[in-house]
Amino acid sequence: MRLRALALLLCVTAALGGCTQGVLDPQGPIADGERLILLDALGIMLLIAVPTILATLWFAWWFRASNRAALYRPTWAYSDKLEVIVWAIPALVVLFLGGVAWIGSHQLDPARPIESSVRPLEVQVVSLDWRWLFIYPEQHIATVNRLVIPVGTPVHFRLTSSSVMNVFFVPRIGGEIYTMNGMATQLNLLARNVGRFPGLSAQLSGDGFSDMAFNTDVVSEKGFHDFVVSTGASPNQLDGAEYISLSRQSKSAEVKLFGKVASSLFDDIVSRRLPPGSGPGPTAQAILSQKGM
Amino acid sequence: MFGRLTWQAIPWSEPIPLVAAGVVGLFLAAVVVWVFIKGYAPYIWKEWITSVDHKRIGVMYCLLALVMLLRGFSDAVMMRSQQALAFQGGGYLPPDHYNQIFSAHGTIMIFFVAMPFVIGLMNFVVPLQLGIRDVAFPTLNSVSFWLTAAGALLINISLVVGEFARTGWLPYPPLSELQYSPGVGVDYYLWSLQISGAGTLLSGVNLVTTILKMRAPGMSYTRMPVFCWTALASNLLIVAAFPVLTAVTAMLVLDRYLGFHFFTNEMGGNPMMFVNLIWVWGHPEVYILVLPAFGVFSEVIATFSGKPLFGYRSMVAATMAICLLSWLVWLHHFFTMGAGADVNGFFGIMTMIIAVPTGVKVYNWLFTMYGGKVRFEPPMLWSIGFMVTFVIGGMTGVLMAVPPADFVLHNSLFLVAHFHNVIIGGVLFGAFAGYNYWFPKAFGFRLDEKWGRRAFWLWFVGFYAAFMPLYVLGLLGMTRRMQHFDRPEWYPWVLVAAAGAGLITLGIGAQIIQLAVSIRNRAMLKDTTGDPWDGRTLEWATASPPPAFNFAVMPNVKGEEPYWGMKTKARELAHLLTAEPSYQPISVPRNTATGVVTAFFAVLIGFAMIWRIYWLAGIGFIGVYAAFVAFAWRDRSEEEISATEVARLDRENRFVRTSALAEGL
Amino acid sequence: MSVVSSFSPVDPHHIGHSNLTQRTELDAPGHGEGGPASKSVIVSYGFWIFLLSDIVMFSAFFASFQVLAGDATDAAPRFDLSNVAVETGCLLLSSFLCGIASLCANRRRLFGTEMFLLLAGILGAVFLTLEIREFVGMIQQHQGPADGAYYSAFFALVGCHGLHVTVGLLWLGTMMAQIFAKGFRQDILRRLACFSLFWHALDIVWVAIFSLVYLMRFAP
Repeated sequence: MRLRALALLLCVTAALGGCTQGVLDPQGPIADGERLILLDALGIMLLIAVPTILATLWFAWWFRASNRAALYRPTWAYSDKLEVIVWAIPALVVLFLGGVAWIGSHQLDPARPIESSVRPLEVQVVSLDWRWLFIYPEQHIATVNRLVIPVGTPVHFRLTSSSVMNVFFVPRIGGEIYTMNGMATQLNLLARNVGRFPGLSAQLSGDGFSDMAFNTDVVSEKGFHDFVVSTGASPNQLDGAEYISLSRQSKSAEVKLFGKVASSLFDDIVSRRLPPGSGPGPTAQAILSQKGM
Repeated sequence: MFGRLTWQAIPWSEPIPLVAAGVVGLFLAAVVVWVFIKGYAPYIWKEWITSVDHKRIGVMYCLLALVMLLRGFSDAVMMRSQQALAFQGGGYLPPDHYNQIFSAHGTIMIFFVAMPFVIGLMNFVVPLQLGIRDVAFPTLNSVSFWLTAAGALLINISLVVGEFARTGWLPYPPLSELQYSPGVGVDYYLWSLQISGAGTLLSGVNLVTTILKMRAPGMSYTRMPVFCWTALASNLLIVAAFPVLTAVTAMLVLDRYLGFHFFTNEMGGNPMMFVNLIWVWGHPEVYILVLPAFGVFSEVIATFSGKPLFGYRSMVAATMAICLLSWLVWLHHFFTMGAGADVNGFFGIMTMIIAVPTGVKVYNWLFTMYGGKVRFEPPMLWSIGFMVTFVIGGMTGVLMAVPPADFVLHNSLFLVAHFHNVIIGGVLFGAFAGYNYWFPKAFGFRLDEKWGRRAFWLWFVGFYAAFMPLYVLGLLGMTRRMQHFDRPEWYPWVLVAAAGAGLITLGIGAQIIQLAVSIRNRAMLKDTTGDPWDGRTLEWATASPPPAFNFAVMPNVKGEEPYWGMKTKARELAHLLTAEPSYQPISVPRNTATGVVTAFFAVLIGFAMIWRIYWLAGIGFIGVYAAFVAFAWRDRSEEEISATEVARLDRENRFVRTSALAEGL
Repeated sequence: MSVVSSFSPVDPHHIGHSNLTQRTELDAPGHGEGGPASKSVIVSYGFWIFLLSDIVMFSAFFASFQVLAGDATDAAPRFDLSNVAVETGCLLLSSFLCGIASLCANRRRLFGTEMFLLLAGILGAVFLTLEIREFVGMIQQHQGPADGAYYSAFFALVGCHGLHVTVGLLWLGTMMAQIFAKGFRQDILRRLACFSLFWHALDIVWVAIFSLVYLMRFAP
């Protein structure tokens, strides 16, 4: 009991530093841009929303029936001037925000490469039931449930799913992107600072959905080199058969490393040369086979 | 013989649904027994179950909504408590249960609380405000209600027989395909929605026809109350959007039952197409819900400010603009699916544009209060609460309409906070305002005001306590539908949200007490004249409750706010304006069991299809056809209320109003 | 109680109304200013609204067909266009005969109405038979709905239309029995009018189907 109270106290203190976590504490230019747009839009909207709320409360109170000082205008139901203002102000705000939306959509489009003098790192992501597979095609290694990227390096992700829809999301580094079987989506991110950042799936994908948390470790150049070497030394091989085994439903949070990856594995998954994950298995097969399908 | 149905379908090993079902079952059985013992059964059958009167049907819709609110809210309490207990493991709901609970919560709240509530209010009020006797198709109205109830029944059965969907309230494929959801859960969802969706569509046809083709003499479009305009827009949206839902649900049914490949991973299926089609329905759906709520506020704010609604013209224009624009924004529900910057930008801009007419409406309500004499009865409290709350919710909506902002907020608790902000602050507050406002008209006595205020404040504070933390959690990176989590910085906010849910529970408790107290004190709270709020529209010209035929003589409308004008003059002259009319007999539609019988067979069809008991489904289809033929074959579709009876009822009301005028009221 | 005249200020909402506008009771029946429309107008209007909603549902199936077929141009089967032509002829002729039946009903001619309704129904049944034969043939050649997305979309769209025709035939039979048993009552005539609308609307949908599904596959 006391332990839980202590935990709670720690959490409250942590929460009070809430602005140092999550979306409002970006660790990369994409997340920066997204936060900037969010705060700008919020500021503009508050300029409208706060006076409106205050006016609502003020009018309701001032014009209360018991207030004899307020002027009662029982037939006042129309005003040219007010009509113009009331349509114009929201329209102008929307015009401005619309421009922000259009420009922002293009600048922060997930498929748009990040301008940098550093050569981008290629990472291929496959969402499994219910884990994440990260393939480094140029380094010929792969990991499950742990993403390691070098600091200050643009990372170009290609993403797909082994079965159902998921959403890849590392909140402090950048935005979300769907993963879908048979298709490859794209995302470009860059992490500015070294550290460990939480990642998750943001699309319900079944019973193990809440277990799809993974860590993104942003490390120095040397740290990344060490990671590649040590993972490369792992005896595990990621070939078609191993992938099929990985694609079976499992809530395991275990981090796995693969020292060798079949070269066209990601493309085989996208093109469905390797079949989609089988789901819960027998029950579905039994029903489908009952109908002779 | 019984398809997939076995005794294993009942969750013997799960105490929570068993106990819940047991308690509810006992309660229902007790109610049924009490009804029969007290001899109320013939009355209930004749006056309510087989009624085709829009007023009775409206009340039944609202009753269905309130009962399902209890179930949907229980799901919410379970969700909040699970999350409050599930920090770093713990919690009492395993994922397969938790996923069913939030799926049921969303499905029930949208389809069986919000929809029936607004449809019920529109059903009750629109014919009265238009000065007519009933909707265009009274029997169809009854069928619509009972089909909705049938859908609700199926969802409730899923608690005890089988399981519910685990896919969230919109079952995205491939997760909802047979391969990844082999149980009956998604099937319960699909058939429940097909059946109630048919009812809703028919109701939409009914009300559109009523508003466009049946109004009192002299009531042109520009003399309709704004509630009728919003009802028109909402029902036009129903007629145009629900067929898309029917089609998409049918496609998923075909995939699951006959091995079609609309949305499967392989063989050319396209899961993204489901997402598009379902949101083409889904976005107009939220406007279907909120437009009637806007209409309620327009009526309530004008009445309780003692002034006509400000800016009638722009209200109507804004309403119809929203009706049209709601078709052009659907992609904002999946900006992160990778459609590209041009597409995302277009839909982001369109979404912002739709915020303009909504903002105009808020200002019109604001200026309605300006120069008024504001009274703070519960309907007005709900309305002011709405104005404050909805502005916040709308603001966060516009924030998420900017695609890059959505890239970090999609599917997070920020999104959940936003849509609860607008649905609770908009639709539910509007429903409660309408409930308090029109209750005396429906039942002849007002709701207790003290408990009404308590309910409002508990709901209002509870809402903010439950959902403002969710905005913070979304910004802290917490996504929706999590059964457990281990980030310590989230934990305090989750606890506050749970406390908020507790406050709302008290608010609902206050509403139940309000109803009980009001029934007990109904003599004291009686609405004698039929106009307890000094109303401005035609429904307040009738007695409370109105007679079956609504108006003894259909009103002849010659100006804006005809009832208000007539009442003002009558007060001036201190007597009723007209002499007693020469009463004629009035034909009213006869009661029929068509609705309830059709729904019975619909439940049979739904249950049979869910469990793949195809011979039983066949019997159900034959039953529906038989009910249709039986209805078509009847020779008498109307019965007459004699002139003497009309006279008696109308004279009562005239006498009361004359006395009131003499007293200077 | 009846309202006699307006005592609110004239046109508080600046809509353009004036107190001086004279209006007779029966100015425009059904347009509010003259009161509620007659029952036959209301029933037909309501049924039209329902038909529009039905067409929206078909649009969703059409849209899904275009999406799923667009990705699989090589999957299009070789349709037997002469079969489609016969089906079209059956439906069009059936609609025409249904129209004749309506004329007979207007003249209260029982035999004529029943006979032309029967012929219309027979042609509808012929249409269905041909369609079912086409479906069975496709399934036997592994071009059934479970064999690919194109076929799923095809079977759903064309099948949905066929399902509507089937329900229509059931309705037609019921109408024929009703007219025989109860004669040309006002409410039965209203229902016959709705049925005719339904039957003709199915024709229109069929025209869209054979254009987009059967013919467009052969565009150069």
